[in-house]
Amino acid sequence: MYNFDFVRPATVDEALAALADEDAQPLSGGQTLIPTMKQRLNAPSALVSLLGIEALKGVKTSDGTIEIGAATTHADVAAQATGYPALAALAGGIGDPAVRNRGTIGGSLANNDPAACYPAAVLASGATVVTSGREIAADDFFDGMFTTALEQGEIITAVKFPVPQAAAYMKFEQPASRFALCGVFVAKYAEGVRVAVTGASEDGVFRWSEAEAALSATFSASALEGLSLSAEGMMTDLHGTAEYRAHLVKVLTGRAVASAS
Amino acid sequence: MPKDGIGASIKRREDPRFLTGRGRYTDDINLNGQAHVHFLRADVAHAVLNGIDTSAAAAMPGVLRIFTAADFSGVGGLPCGWQVTDRHGQPMQEPKHPIMAEGKIRHVGEILAAVVAESVEQARDAAEAIEVDYDELPAVIDMKAACAEGAVKVHDDLTSNLCYDWGFVEENKAAVDEAFASAAHVTTLELVNNRLVANPMEPRVAIGDYALHDDSSTLYTTSQNPHVIRLLMGAFVLGIPEHKLRVVAPDVGGGFGTKIFHYAEEAFCTFAAKQLRRPVKWTSTRSEAFISDAHGRDHVTKIELALDSEHNFIALRTDTYANMGAYLSTFAPSVPTWLHGTLMAGNYRTPLIYVNVKAVFTNTVPVDAYRGAGRPEATFQLERVVDKAARELALDPAELRRQNFIRKDQFPYATPVAVEYDTGDYEATLDKALAMSDYAGFDARRQESEARGKLRGIGLSHYIEACGIAPSNLVGQLGARAGLYESATVRVNATGGIVVMTGSHSHGQGHETSFPQVIAEMIGIAPDQVEIVHGDTANTPMGMGTYGSRSIAVGGSAMVRATEKIIAKAKKIAAHLMEAAEADIELKDGAFTVAGTDKSVAWGDVTLAAYVPHNYPLDEIEPGLEETAFYDPANFTYPSGCYICEVEVDPDTGRVEVQSFTAADDFGNVINPMIVAGQVHGGVGQGIGQALLENCVYDGDGQLLSASYMDYAMPRARDLPMIAVDHSCCTPCTHNPLGVKGCGEAGAIGSPPALVNAVVDALHRAGKEVSHIDMPLSPARVWAAMNG
Ligand SMILES: Cc1cc2nc3c(=O)[nH]c(=O)nc-3n(C[C@H](O)[C@H](O)[C@H](O)COP(=O)(O)OP(=O)(O)OC[C@H]3O[C@@H](n4cnc5c(N)ncnc54)[C@H](O)[C@@H]3O)c2cc1C
Repeated sequence: MYNFDFVRPATVDEALAALADEDAQPLSGGQTLIPTMKQRLNAPSALVSLLGIEALKGVKTSDGTIEIGAATTHADVAAQATGYPALAALAGGIGDPAVRNRGTIGGSLANNDPAACYPAAVLASGATVVTSGREIAADDFFDGMFTTALEQGEIITAVKFPVPQAAAYMKFEQPASRFALCGVFVAKYAEGVRVAVTGASEDGVFRWSEAEAALSATFSASALEGLSLSAEGMMTDLHGTAEYRAHLVKVLTGRAVASAS
Repeated sequence: MPKDGIGASIKRREDPRFLTGRGRYTDDINLNGQAHVHFLRADVAHAVLNGIDTSAAAAMPGVLRIFTAADFSGVGGLPCGWQVTDRHGQPMQEPKHPIMAEGKIRHVGEILAAVVAESVEQARDAAEAIEVDYDELPAVIDMKAACAEGAVKVHDDLTSNLCYDWGFVEENKAAVDEAFASAAHVTTLELVNNRLVANPMEPRVAIGDYALHDDSSTLYTTSQNPHVIRLLMGAFVLGIPEHKLRVVAPDVGGGFGTKIFHYAEEAFCTFAAKQLRRPVKWTSTRSEAFISDAHGRDHVTKIELALDSEHNFIALRTDTYANMGAYLSTFAPSVPTWLHGTLMAGNYRTPLIYVNVKAVFTNTVPVDAYRGAGRPEATFQLERVVDKAARELALDPAELRRQNFIRKDQFPYATPVAVEYDTGDYEATLDKALAMSDYAGFDARRQESEARGKLRGIGLSHYIEACGIAPSNLVGQLGARAGLYESATVRVNATGGIVVMTGSHSHGQGHETSFPQVIAEMIGIAPDQVEIVHGDTANTPMGMGTYGSRSIAVGGSAMVRATEKIIAKAKKIAAHLMEAAEADIELKDGAFTVAGTDKSVAWGDVTLAAYVPHNYPLDEIEPGLEETAFYDPANFTYPSGCYICEVEVDPDTGRVEVQSFTAADDFGNVINPMIVAGQVHGGVGQGIGQALLENCVYDGDGQLLSASYMDYAMPRARDLPMIAVDHSCCTPCTHNPLGVKGCGEAGAIGSPPALVNAVVDALHRAGKEVSHIDMPLSPARVWAAMNG
């Protein structure tokens, strides 16, 4: 690790001021950022911890929407997002207890790891990412592997999830990291079904529109029967080929539909 | 049930300190004035090293000195402890193994320079300012390509990348080929024994210390065998006589083989401490461990089994490429040869066997012994090919094995691969495992799985292994450059307590618990009267350490021999005290009695007399009660056993779940059944890890792709089923005093083929014509095999 300054502001405004320095970086749970710093792959001049900002923490439920503060840990979401069971279950399946008690939803979304779980929930729910300056629709937020619509110095403050009629997340774990080798989040709303896939594509999380159309017509695993997803653009690595991932997307989508509640 | 002697499952006395953070590991040691070293390691696999410019780095804050290969010109290379002779009678090719890269870089992770600074972070900062000038060369990674005509050479001064071409038994080759020509059936299988990273929980650490007042050096290190390190480093590398060199291996957090070897970092810290007159410490990061700890396995094999028309095994032929990596690690050449070829008979009467092994240099981290070392590789291919033969011939795999077993009345049994099994009863372990696993009831379980959409399979393996690695004269003939006896000093204190200084080393095996049980049994005192001291060359007799499941069989035997001497002397003292004939003295429950009388003296009275010899036969014996024994066994020991694994495969994803695992082992006599069960659990866990999860993968440029836990899959608790363990089938070893065989590696040896056999079985029952899947059986691989 290289030397850096550390600040722990109490308000979003103080945080934004501290982040005005181009080399400063927000620190949330540190579960991604600290390991990269230890590896000397990342060298911010200052870390601006968001964990001292009470306004960024907690789960609020109000008519049909669940709003989660950016600095809310995975463990807290798992315990408190009871109004959205599929989301709570997703949070409870991230990493291990140490990771869940430190890692946060804001950090996960800002990082946009192509194998992370939360992006699938946010995209499938058509959620809104609330930042220090604006509100960004999920469809506009994710911008390929490790890239988002966030601007320099902009921080996520909360995420607003419309609660679906039924939903489920199916995660197929990569054997080593236990991130998603492939993960599919299916959410059924009155307006239609949304299907978001993580872990599979070279472009990060994406919506599988053919499946959405089929499931919007008939919300049953059998509706997927004729569909197949092309392996083109899927990731190939030590743990699975593009063909395997494309195959898993369909299997997991079916299983998510079958278990949606 | 014995209370606390041999056979009692007493709890491990070392666990409270390990579980509550009170262990004393090498990294817990911090010496006054200690400096820290950071090693600059190669990030390319193969290159000509033109020069290293350390001038900018040397001026950085906190830097004490930067070392490169030039500083080691007067120093030897790291020695190899075993010389293999090839099939033409020639010695293996043995390249120099320098402490730091000399002229050429040969693998990612090789040390290029060492920065010693006041802090680790300063050393790391300075290392980034070192400029390395090199010209990259194409990397040699694939073993068969490395052996091809005109291949790029890892070592320019060798004739090729072939370390040796070993034939065993060379004289049998023609007869083996003839038997194949006349066989009724031949089963052929090509397979890979996947390369592994040992991953002990505690990474390696070394601290060098130099004492000016007596010109002596001390090395604290994470080693399984401190005396071996002292000998190798002192005599071959640094030229320090043993009386000026102390090696201490305190609590060690797992070794699995990779902490047997003498490493460059140990020699460096010892050397640099003397140069700088300051202690020098290195603690490996996990990332460094992946590219600097010796790796394990990495064999590519073709095995053929010939059967006659009655399904008797008539011949076996194997052809193996074994990866040595870029340099020969301490015992690397012995693993694919003498620890592998000699086990190819397995449990069977196969009369003709020929094993060919080509050991190959590649631009990868050196490969050496890893839990089982050679025997898992032998067992895997043999138990896979037998299974395949059974399937091809539509026979029950259990019954084909039974038919070909060496029968219980045939021991001692000389195999065609140079070893003599002293004892065994393979049908007993087979029947035990079949019963424990409810083999007969499998079909009902399969139907139940099928109803849930899962494929179910059952697989078994029956392994043999050779433990208690020894005897010295034999291993000497086979090329070992070391003796393989073990030592113990038993020191009885005046008030009767005992300290055993053993040459064995415990790094998870529980010696501090099980060794005292043996003495408790022999003398009749409580085990807590006995303390075990190990791991420090300054206060233990010259011993060979712990690997090859040798501790209780060889180290325990040395301790028994020393204790027998103690008892013999104590009887003389007791006879004197009771004015009786020595021949009439009996020792029982910690008291000496005169046979046929009610005369008795307590153990403590006799020990006190030994040190306060007022009333003592001084004209006959010396005062004191301390004895040393060196034990060199007559043979290896041969544990064996039957492992049965049941799996479910998800046909949609290829994911394998281990449903049950049964291990029926014959370890001979068992000192502490709970510790033995724990060793089997751990071994099976590692075996399932190899079969299902772990894989060390290089790309064609020699970059390690699985270089962290993000990509190297370690087994976790939830990957393992409850493991049913039994060691009631017992044929005691015939040639050591305890009748013990050793249990440390069996689990890792017997389990991979059982698991792979089970998965192949599941696929077959579902109508898939899959004859083999290479380990690890990841979901992607199983799915590809099903759909390929
Ligand atoms: C062992 C392990 C297993 C894991 N397994 C999984 C898994 O199964 N599934 C999964 O999805 N994830 C997994 N993770 C990742 C984990 O969920 C991380 O917590 C998460 O990706 C990052 O969250 P964090 O709060 O720790 O962020 P940090 O590490 O603190 O920050 C990550 C990045 O986001 C930026 N950032 C943080 N907060 C904000 C904000 N509010 N606004 C803007 N930028 C911000 C930081 O500057 C940094 O660049 C795992 C991590 C580990 C270590």
